[in-house]
Amino acid sequence: MIAFLEELMRRLLWLPEQASTFAQNVDRLHYVMFIVTMVAAAVTGGVSLVLMFKYRERSKNVTTPIVHPSGKFEFVAISVPTVVFLAWFYIGFKDYLWMTTPPANATDVYVTGKKWMWHFAHPDGPNENAVLHVPANRPVRLLMTSRDVIHSFFVPDFRVKQDVVPGRYTELWFEATKVGRFPVRCTEFCGTWHSQMLAEVVVMAPADYDAWLAKQRQGGHSDRIDSSSSTGSSTEFRNDLVSYGKRVAEAHGCFKCHSTDGEQHIGPTWTDLYMRKTLLLTGETITAEEGYLTESMMDPYAKVVKGYQQVMPSYRGKLTAPEAAALVEFIKSLRTNRLDNLESKEPVYGPVQPSTIN
Amino acid sequence: MDPSSRPQSTDASEAAEPQLPAISYLNQTRGLKSWLITLDHKRIALMYLVLTLVGFLIGGILAMGVRIEHLTPDETIMGANTYNRTFTLHAVAMIFLFMIPAIPGIFGNFLLPLMLGAKDVAFPRLNLLSVYVYVAGAALLVTSMATGGVDTGWTFYAPYSLSTPAELFPALMGVFIIGFSSILTGLNFIVTIHTMRPRGMTWMRMPLFVWGSYATSVIQILATPVIGLTAFITGIERVFGFGFFDPAKGGDPILFQHMFWFYSHPAVYIMILPAMGVISETVAAFSRKNVFGYSMVAYSSLGIAFVGFFAWGHHLYLSGQSSMDAGAFGIVSMLVGVFTAIKVFNWIGTLYRGSISLKTPFLYVCGFLYFVVFGGMTGIVFSTVSLDVFWHDTLFVVAHFHYIMVGATLMGFLAALHYWFPKLFGRMYHEGWGMVSAAFIIVGLSTTFIPMFFLGNMGAPRRYYMYAADGQSLNVAATAGAVLTAMGFVTIAIYLIYAIKNGKVAGDNPWGASGLEWKTSSPPPTENFHTTPIVDEDPYTYRKKGEEAEHVVI
Repeated sequence: MIAFLEELMRRLLWLPEQASTFAQNVDRLHYVMFIVTMVAAAVTGGVSLVLMFKYRERSKNVTTPIVHPSGKFEFVAISVPTVVFLAWFYIGFKDYLWMTTPPANATDVYVTGKKWMWHFAHPDGPNENAVLHVPANRPVRLLMTSRDVIHSFFVPDFRVKQDVVPGRYTELWFEATKVGRFPVRCTEFCGTWHSQMLAEVVVMAPADYDAWLAKQRQGGHSDRIDSSSSTGSSTEFRNDLVSYGKRVAEAHGCFKCHSTDGEQHIGPTWTDLYMRKTLLLTGETITAEEGYLTESMMDPYAKVVKGYQQVMPSYRGKLTAPEAAALVEFIKSLRTNRLDNLESKEPVYGPVQPSTIN
Repeated sequence: MDPSSRPQSTDASEAAEPQLPAISYLNQTRGLKSWLITLDHKRIALMYLVLTLVGFLIGGILAMGVRIEHLTPDETIMGANTYNRTFTLHAVAMIFLFMIPAIPGIFGNFLLPLMLGAKDVAFPRLNLLSVYVYVAGAALLVTSMATGGVDTGWTFYAPYSLSTPAELFPALMGVFIIGFSSILTGLNFIVTIHTMRPRGMTWMRMPLFVWGSYATSVIQILATPVIGLTAFITGIERVFGFGFFDPAKGGDPILFQHMFWFYSHPAVYIMILPAMGVISETVAAFSRKNVFGYSMVAYSSLGIAFVGFFAWGHHLYLSGQSSMDAGAFGIVSMLVGVFTAIKVFNWIGTLYRGSISLKTPFLYVCGFLYFVVFGGMTGIVFSTVSLDVFWHDTLFVVAHFHYIMVGATLMGFLAALHYWFPKLFGRMYHEGWGMVSAAFIIVGLSTTFIPMFFLGNMGAPRRYYMYAADGQSLNVAATAGAVLTAMGFVTIAIYLIYAIKNGKVAGDNPWGASGLEWKTSSPPPTENFHTTPIVDEDPYTYRKKGEEAEHVVI
């Protein structure tokens, strides 16, 4: 029953999922304060309306009595809010101390923020961009710093947030309780693409996480790129598909024209190609989703990207279906956090001065 | 015409066909020059009225730009950089050009000498200087921001503000200069209140608007130098490359935040305390009653001003300050809530056994109570720290401070504008249109900001150019609310400008209110009073001379 009411409140208040050990405590205090303050507001408003109606002007220029507050009234008016507010503070501050004190057995991950991406480094590897894999039900401590300006690391579903400051390390810890993918947002204004400084936390079952970590550390993948869609038990398979896709690309000479470092070459770069809004020769703008990527391999001139020569051969019959799928999966893995690539843009600002901490 | 020779009427109903005084501060001298070099506090107040409303217009148009951009999750009408500049200039214009100077500059200047039965403020020349310092700072601020592309947010956080290619130096100097205007006004008010009260007006007989202005002035004098210093050294760090705040040079970006919020948190009370003073005046006038718990209301203003100085750290809960700091600042922030709650109880208590007439200013009082209660209670939840971690820098915060700074302060401003409009210009505005536009603005602001509370709960950060698609319906609702609000303001502008020339002549005291400012003609003569008033009764006395007061204790 209590659980049902809590879930009802969570949905009424449009709160995100509760995916960490903190979430329930934070939300419970939220519900209590919400209900108490709403009742207090209703009483205050109700009393005001009753007084306004009861003592409405009946004739002009009447003489009104001088009303004084009694000592009792003053005592209640001061002490009730003080006691209630400080009680709430006590509960909230206790939770805050818990949230800011990482347990000794926490797994560390080093986090670096820079305009406009998140970089995660597991001690002893691997490194990840924009995706952070963590185990469920184990405390994780993030040691965070920034390479340029102040950012803030926010995972709504975990109810945690911490500024990431250049020149110093800040820490944040959590214990995820649900397997799944949870968005990370930057919450300290950091410039042009502040709103696109996104990442995600992938929470895996502990056993899956250990397997994933072991696999990564074997050095099976020279570039250590993880599929952004890898979760749980399917991780191994998908990672294999990505590296298979890379081998396919090498075998078929794709890299002669397509780069993976973001530079435009004879053909469009594959970095950030997936889901890019692409302007075609016809003036039409399409989204480069799986269907389009496959079509372009098989029938390159069906939809030609503006600004490129029509030199690509068709791979119909040269690529098998699994090979094409692996290629698509590889291209999908070359996504950074930028979801908005309307076209390839010049950098708006010059490179940032390197700070003392790198 | 000598006002003192006219029939002494304190109530509108007694005055037959009121006439405008032949000579008033508005027409005693003529010509542009007589306005530009005036030392009359009332004319200076009108100059502030025009200037701050220009600031409000700039801020308002940019607010609409932000709201229109957010009609869709991606680009609607502007690019990311334009968006960042738009919300920055919106905030700077609203805060530095309107919210901080508006009520003290306009109503403080106009009313303080009148409420104190004085001829002018203590330093009329300083008063005029404050206007021109304001103009210089504001002009520099707006032009440099419009042309230099300042995109840091109004908070100018280092090291972002040190590395952005925007032309930031002139804007920071604008903030530095405009601060002096605020300091001069505060200094003037404090000296005026200390030295120019009439015979018989003890501290506990001062109108509560004067108390509010006093508390505000203390903050203006003590806190403004710190923002001036912060803006100045950020500026010279940009130009000369000193390393005050840049960690790459051994500076500390958190130090910037401490210095910035040491002013900018008390600045919230510079904005709200004068509005609270206005509410005390209006709630008494429209209930025809003394303010319930006068001394509690007066002392709570000082209390807010005092604890407001020690609450700045609640902006830094997540910046990397110690947990001990977070706790101390959290407790102090709760005390602000206690003082505000005391005020709310006393305003509501004032209604008890009153004779309440529901006119436009009173409707704004109701709006003020609504915004201050909800804005205050959302402030309480931030002070619990653990909840703040979730809401910090989300749209929930945006909704919270717009409830206080826009909702409540604007309600105070509009209540003051309507309540004292007949005193300023001698004519009445149209009551029906007044009520309609008040309703539009209260409903409009709620429709704008209630969705933002929910967006914040969903985890939507502030200052986001693009947002997650599931927030679109709430964003569209917020934009619709902004349109309603704008319609309310356009209506107000039309009927008030019309009323300045063509409104019904108001008479000296159309509301039948107590208070010295109603005991002179409307508009007042340049020298305010012909005979120096003597105060022999408590403020907010609503009974005939010699009538025995009935005392009630609850």
